[in-house]
Amino acid sequence: MFVELNNLLNTTPDRAEQGKLTLLCDAKTDGSFLVHHFLSFYLKANCKVCFVALFQSFSHYNIVGQKLGVNLTVARERGQLVFLEGLKSAVDVFFQTQEEPHPLQFLREANAGNLKPLFEFVREALKPVDGGEARWTYPVLLVDDLSVLLSLGVGAVAVLDFIHYCRATVCWELKGNMVILVHDSGDVEDEENNILLNGVSHQSHLILRAEGLATGFCRDVHGQLRILWRRPSQPTAQRDQSLTYQYKIQDKSVSFFAKGMSPAVL
Amino acid sequence: MAAVATCGSGAGSTGSAVATASKSNVTSFQRRGPRASGTNDSGPRLVSIAGTRPSVRNGQLLVSTGLPALDQLLGGGLAIGTVLLIEEDKYNIYSPLLFKCFLAEGIVSGHTLLVASAKEDPANILQELPAPLLDDNSKKEFDEDVYNHKTPESNIKMKIAWRYQLLPKMEQIGPVSSRFGHYYDASKRIPQELIEASNWHGFFLPEKISSTLKVEPCSLTPGYIKLLQFIQNIIYEEGFDGSNPQKKQRNVLRIGIQNLGSPLWGDDICCAENGSNSHSLTKFLYVLRGLLRTSLSACIITMPTHLIQNKAIIARVTNLSDIVIGLESFIGSERETNPLYKDYHGLIHIRQIPRLNNLICDESDVKDLAFKLKRKLFTIEWVQDNYLRQERNIYPPGFSYLLKQKDSAWGEGSLQHSTFLMSFLAKATAFASRLVRHSEPLKQTGSGRIHQAAGPRLWHDGRRQEAPGLLGIPL
Repeated sequence: MFVELNNLLNTTPDRAEQGKLTLLCDAKTDGSFLVHHFLSFYLKANCKVCFVALFQSFSHYNIVGQKLGVNLTVARERGQLVFLEGLKSAVDVFFQTQEEPHPLQFLREANAGNLKPLFEFVREALKPVDGGEARWTYPVLLVDDLSVLLSLGVGAVAVLDFIHYCRATVCWELKGNMVILVHDSGDVEDEENNILLNGVSHQSHLILRAEGLATGFCRDVHGQLRILWRRPSQPTAQRDQSLTYQYKIQDKSVSFFAKGMSPAVL
Repeated sequence: MAAVATCGSGAGSTGSAVATASKSNVTSFQRRGPRASGTNDSGPRLVSIAGTRPSVRNGQLLVSTGLPALDQLLGGGLAIGTVLLIEEDKYNIYSPLLFKCFLAEGIVSGHTLLVASAKEDPANILQELPAPLLDDNSKKEFDEDVYNHKTPESNIKMKIAWRYQLLPKMEQIGPVSSRFGHYYDASKRIPQELIEASNWHGFFLPEKISSTLKVEPCSLTPGYIKLLQFIQNIIYEEGFDGSNPQKKQRNVLRIGIQNLGSPLWGDDICCAENGSNSHSLTKFLYVLRGLLRTSLSACIITMPTHLIQNKAIIARVTNLSDIVIGLESFIGSERETNPLYKDYHGLIHIRQIPRLNNLICDESDVKDLAFKLKRKLFTIEWVQDNYLRQERNIYPPGFSYLLKQKDSAWGEGSLQHSTFLMSFLAKATAFASRLVRHSEPLKQTGSGRIHQAAGPRLWHDGRRQEAPGLLGIPL
C-alpha cells in the first residue's frame, strides 16, 4: 500500500468505498505496481480477497507484498485470500484431464470458450460464509491481468460477459469492490484489446492509467499516472474529475509528484 | 582473452564485469528458496549449482546467457524460470549466434540441454556451437575439479577449527569450468568431447510429428502440443521440478527453441494476418512459462517477429515473455553507409526486462547499443551520439537560450529532456545556460542558420543587446 497514492485517491483502508469497479490500465509501461498497491490495501482493510493472478507466480506477489507489509501466505492460510495461480493451474489443466470443471477449462477447448467455470470459482470464493460472525468486511475481486485471457484464445465479448457477471455478483449483490488490470496496446492495432478496454472503462468508477513518458525513458521519472473518477450509473452532465501525476518507483514505495516537479529536476 | 571494449562512461562498467565475472560459486551462499521448488523445499539448501549465481537485487538465481556483455545489460544474467525472447534480425544471421552461445554456455557449465528446432536436427546444431575461450587459469580449475570429484570424502577430524566440521559438506557438480559467463570463439567449433560429456535432449519436429500420439483437440498447432509434452516429460522425468520422488535433480535445464512461430512449426501467423490459429503461439508461451516457473529451467526462444503479419500478436508475445531483445542488422538498410555505424553490424534493442519479485527492475540507462561480430567475438557497445558533441561549439556561455525541440517532444515530461541538454551544456561551459520555462513552440523566425558568433564586444557599453544566434533575423 503506497501511502502517497492513498492520499491522492483520498482513501484509507478504513473508509474505502464499496461497490466500486476500479480499472487499472497501463500503456507503454508496467502498471503492476498498482496491482500490488491494491492487493496490500484490501488485505489491510480486512477484506476477503479473491485474486485471479494470471500473470505471475504466487511467490512473486508474496515477496513484493512483504515489502509492502502484508504476508500472502498467512492471509491464504487464514482464509482471507483465495489465490488462483494462473501459470501453475494452466500447466495442470493442460497436461492432465480434470474431473470437475477447472476455472481455466477453456485452455483445453478447441474454439474460444466461455469463462463460466472461472466465474463459478470467483463466486464460490467470495460468497459469504453462513452461520459465522462476519470476519471480513466486504469481498474484493482482483484480476491481474485481463489481457492475458485474450492471448489465451478467449474472445473479447466472452471476457466482457465474465466481467459483467462478476460485477453483478461482487459489486451489486455482495457490495464488494473489483480491481482489474488491462493492458493498453496504444498505437498497435489490437482490436480485441480495444473493445475490452473500452467496455470495461465504461463500467468503471475509477480509472488509474499508468503511461510511459512521451519523451521516452527517464531514470528519475518512471511514468505518469492519470486518475479519472467516473460515475457510470448517473448520466450527469458533470464532467468527470481527472488528475495527472508523475511517479518514480522505489524499492518499497512509489513517490508521486506534479508534472515536471520531479526532485531530480528541481 | 579479449575484453569487451567500452565506449564512454555511459556503458557502465563492463570492464569491471570481466573482473567480477565471479570466479567460482564454491561459497557457502545460501540460495534463497527459488520459485522452482517452493513447496518442496523445507529449508535453505547449501548447494551451489555450477554456472549460476544469485542476483544482487532480489536473490533470484541467474544463469549466464553466454555473452557476458549481455548479462551485464540484463542485470546479471537470465533468471531461472524465465523466458528470453530474441526477435530475429531480418536475414537470421546473428540471432543463431546468440542461440548457440546460450547452449554452449550450458555445455561448459554442465547444465542439461533441450534443443528444439523445426529446421535443423538438434545434433547438427550442437556440432556447430562455438568453442569456449578457456584460459590457463580455468584449465587448471578443470583439472582440480576432476581431481576433487574423484577423491572420497575425507573424515579427518579438525582439531583447532572444529566448528567448521559441523557445517554440512559442500557439494558441487563437476563441470568444465565453474565460472559464470564465458567468451566464445565464433570461428571455432566446440570440442567433440564436451558435447559427448554433456547431457542433452533434442526435439526435431519432422521426426516427432510423424508418430501418432493421441492428442486432445485444442487450439494449439500439433507441433506446439508435441513440444510442450516433450518439455514437460523431460522436466518430470529428470526431476527438474522436484516432484519426482526418485530423482533429486540439482542442475539447470536450458531449453532452446529456434524459429518459433515460423511456418515450419505449422503456424500461420507469418503467412496470414488473421489466421485460423492466431492464439496458438501465445497459448504456447503461456503454458511454457507456467512450466518454467515451476522448475529449475531457463529458456531462450528466437522468433522471426519481422515476419508476423499481425502486429497485435507481437505485442501480446512481448507481454507474455520475460526478457525481450531485438536484433536489427544493418545489412541491406540505409544505415549500412552511415558513418556513425561503420564499425558495427547492427543494433541491439533491449525491449523488455521483467520485474521479478520486485517493484523495480534493473533497466540500464544506456539505450543505444550496437553489436559487432569481430573475427572471433561478438561484442556489444554503446553508440555515442555525435550530435551532442557538435552542439557544444555553437552555444557560447553567458546567454539564455530558448530550447526548441521537435514538436513531438512538447509534451509533459520533456522537461527532463531539456534539462539534460542544458546540464550537458552547463558542464562544458563556464557559465551555466539558464533554464527557460516551457512555452508553446514558436514558429521559426529565421532561416535557421547562425550568422555570427557571439563575442564580448556586445556588452561593451553595459547595455544588454540582443544576442544573435538562432533567433537572429537575417538583414
